[in-house]
Amino acid sequence: MSAAADAAPPPAAPAAPAGPNHGLRIFLLWLPLAVIADLVIWIVWGPHLPPGTMSSSAANQQFDIKVMAVLAAPVMIFVLTYFGYALIVWRQRDGDTEDGPALHGNSRVQASWITITSVIVLFLAVFGTVELKIANGAGAGEGPSPIWKPGGAPLQVQVIGQQWKFTYRYPQFGGFETTQLVLPEGQWVAFHVTSLDVIHSFWAYQLGVKADANPGVDNVAYTKPEHTGGFVVRCSELCGLWHGAMFDYGRVVSMSAFRTWAASTRVQLAAVTRILPPYATTYDPTVVPQINKAMAKAGIGGANGYYYPPQDPVQP
Amino acid sequence: MAIDIQPEKVKGPGGREPGASRPARPWWLRPAIHTAVAGAVIGYVVGHWLGNFLGSNYQQLPLSDSSDLPIVLGYLLAVVGWIAGLGVFNDPLRQMTGRPVPVEEEDASAAAGLARYFRYSLDHKVVGIQYLVGMIIYFCTAGLFAMAIRAELLSPAYHIFSSSTYVELVGEHGTMMMMLMSSLVVGPFGNYLVPIMIGSKRVAFPRIEALSFWLTPAAFLILFSSLMLGGFPFGWTGYAPLSIQATQGADSYAVAFGLMGISIILAGFNIIVTVICYRAPGMRWSRLPMFVWSMLATSVLMVLAAPVLVGGMYMIITDRTVQTAFFADQLGGSSYLYQNLFWFFGHPEVYILALPGFGIVSEIIPVFCRKPLFGYKTAAAGMIGVTVLSFFVWQHHLFDSGLNPDMRPLFMLTTELISIPTGLIYLVAMGTFWKAKIRFTVPMLFALGMYFNFLIGGISGVFLSDVPADTTEHGSFFVMAHFHYTIMGGLIFAFMAGVYYWLPKMMGIKLNQTIGKIHFWTMFIFFNSTFLPLFAVGLAGQPRRVFEYASNLQTINDWVSISAFCLGGSILIFVINFVWSTVIAREREEGNPWQSRGLEWQVASPPPPGNFARIPVVLSGPYEYGTPGAPPVADLNPPAGVVAAAFTGAPTAAAEA
Repeated sequence: MSAAADAAPPPAAPAAPAGPNHGLRIFLLWLPLAVIADLVIWIVWGPHLPPGTMSSSAANQQFDIKVMAVLAAPVMIFVLTYFGYALIVWRQRDGDTEDGPALHGNSRVQASWITITSVIVLFLAVFGTVELKIANGAGAGEGPSPIWKPGGAPLQVQVIGQQWKFTYRYPQFGGFETTQLVLPEGQWVAFHVTSLDVIHSFWAYQLGVKADANPGVDNVAYTKPEHTGGFVVRCSELCGLWHGAMFDYGRVVSMSAFRTWAASTRVQLAAVTRILPPYATTYDPTVVPQINKAMAKAGIGGANGYYYPPQDPVQP
Repeated sequence: MAIDIQPEKVKGPGGREPGASRPARPWWLRPAIHTAVAGAVIGYVVGHWLGNFLGSNYQQLPLSDSSDLPIVLGYLLAVVGWIAGLGVFNDPLRQMTGRPVPVEEEDASAAAGLARYFRYSLDHKVVGIQYLVGMIIYFCTAGLFAMAIRAELLSPAYHIFSSSTYVELVGEHGTMMMMLMSSLVVGPFGNYLVPIMIGSKRVAFPRIEALSFWLTPAAFLILFSSLMLGGFPFGWTGYAPLSIQATQGADSYAVAFGLMGISIILAGFNIIVTVICYRAPGMRWSRLPMFVWSMLATSVLMVLAAPVLVGGMYMIITDRTVQTAFFADQLGGSSYLYQNLFWFFGHPEVYILALPGFGIVSEIIPVFCRKPLFGYKTAAAGMIGVTVLSFFVWQHHLFDSGLNPDMRPLFMLTTELISIPTGLIYLVAMGTFWKAKIRFTVPMLFALGMYFNFLIGGISGVFLSDVPADTTEHGSFFVMAHFHYTIMGGLIFAFMAGVYYWLPKMMGIKLNQTIGKIHFWTMFIFFNSTFLPLFAVGLAGQPRRVFEYASNLQTINDWVSISAFCLGGSILIFVINFVWSTVIAREREEGNPWQSRGLEWQVASPPPPGNFARIPVVLSGPYEYGTPGAPPVADLNPPAGVVAAAFTGAPTAAAEA
């Protein structure tokens, strides 16, 4: 990838009739800077680029950002080198009131510039599409019927956004609903993201997953956690007053620890699961007050009989 | 295509001879800003009453004594009262009732003094100054909201404002900047300079042009009044279930944004027709100044994109007031519909904000490089390419939304394609700098700053166009840094270049160049110091529009906040320079201080009423610097008959010369 960008000749190098060869000078200034920048980006900076390598989609995004940085750096350095050179060499000296040469254009320069930018752009489009496909959607929300999905039977996790909290249902474990997000290591996960009220966005930063939570829509995103550890979940779509406080933490654990956690949580929340609406891809938000009432009757739940303690003031 | 204004001249008001002064009315009866305010107050009261009368059975909002209907109707009738008070309807009503219409343009340009700036003036030069001062006021107001946001972000937990105040500030800052700044260049420079640059005595539709300005203070005040109603919690995007759920502050948002949409449609319409129909003889398309090309491209975007916005705002208003269900999922609507409508407008909108900047810098660099613009046709093609492509990229804002997932490669491609015409703007600049004789004046410094900033903004945009990379960057401070680099770093820097370059033309007054240089360097340094770290903040996982963030990001956020306050200080330097130079010092600048070949610099500063004594005949392009034997840009005093002969009998406005 870096070779393609490095090999690109400087597009604006019209043949100088006399005097110093400015095009060659700019090229010689640019080449070492571009090579050094690309090596630094690829070797030194690349492994630390966000969002890290905690999951398959995160690693894929890190690779994409790295490739694009390697392509972008020579372009940026070329433009900046050119302008820097021009401002120093071609500034008007004191006492000089002459105009510059009447150069209206150079079709060779214009044609090569358009060719080079088109090649870069088309390469990026193909590269992005391939990356999107081989990474099974790259952790982005793919709508209710994803066209790129992993094989096998991924773990289903439903993410339900509401003002201003995410909750998670595990349909393969009896459909219990919890405020904790726990995932097993080395297993494909399918997040089914939906919302009960307004648009939220489920962003598991270290996992490289981002999917909008739309009311009435089942938005699916895939990832495969590769390492155990904690990750941050934030809402990344403005959803009202307490959007800024809508975050929590999830964790990736080993497969056996996950099985243990799921089994015990399933038992622990059995009474709640019974009165929840049955698992579905989307929910009609008008049932939520009824759930709260039912839970209050059953003596479950937090303050004021609400399952989700209203620590946040209700939006007027 | 015959635009015949001759009959207007023979009709004197009340059968007077043309040129005779109108019978004087006492000042308080003449339409001006005070009658407009009176009309707005009356309109609001009537509308509020009407809304309560019609909608008394509609849902009453909690914590209020009324539904949304009285507020929306109040705002709408207040706007009608405002423009009626300005006298917008007077001439059309006279025309409809067959009474003579006064030749308002001549009256207005003859009327001296400050009073004409507070009237519905049909002189495009007055409208340009009105826009200039208005836009600076709107920009500074919205900038103060940004200062408040950064003050809150000094701490990772919320500490200064409540969460409700914070989202109000975010919404006001974003909406005010995005909706009002869409006229930042088209308003002042487009209206003032385009007719002069194309050799016309007037614009095509002076009444529409003046109306487009007078809608902006109405939109500004309505948006501002949202704070009294509790603000709106959904930023400038107004995504649907949230904007339907929000309290009455959202009505202000929808009415103000829709109104501004109408204003930019009108402004763009006038510029398009002016450029097409009012060019002087010899002003071929291949001689059109680059700034006029950019104004034409921007106006096309305004006219084609803004109607979608007006439609979207209308749907929000009816969803909120009369219980339609365009965006309610349970009732057959779709929240995706709003996202599509909004971004179908919203993406061309960001090019409405970017293209004028390209135009200004492309206009300025040949003057201070003392060279012809490199690749004139390439530059025009770049602007046209951006204009066309900008309608085919909107779904890249919805990459993670689950909408049309299989279309993402297509939108990835179109988004990346738009970097080709944008790159042409850089090719043109770099070619123009080749072996130039660069003069480091204040406008040139701002133009260089624009190229530097937009480079970072544009390259970061390529990162956002890649779907996998965008999954991390979408909705984070990375996006926020990206569009501040393109809009503030691009448009605002170019606007400042335009102010320093053209204010001597528009007001005949020179801005202080020393303060101008201090302004540039402080603004350039603190702009980059504010927004460059925000790319890192976004990549480190901080979403936009939050008041709580990870505590390990506090140092960098504090750095950004302090830089932002310094950036505000640099804008204050500009305001001080502007006020000092135009009000107190008033250093005259009459000639052609930049030795520019532009047609606008060949007439007096400020240009006389009617711009040109006679319609000029354009002889060559505006960028023929250093060309031996290049003819002057125009013959300002062509022999009689030349102009008429150029049209070979086709009666046009230009033929009146």
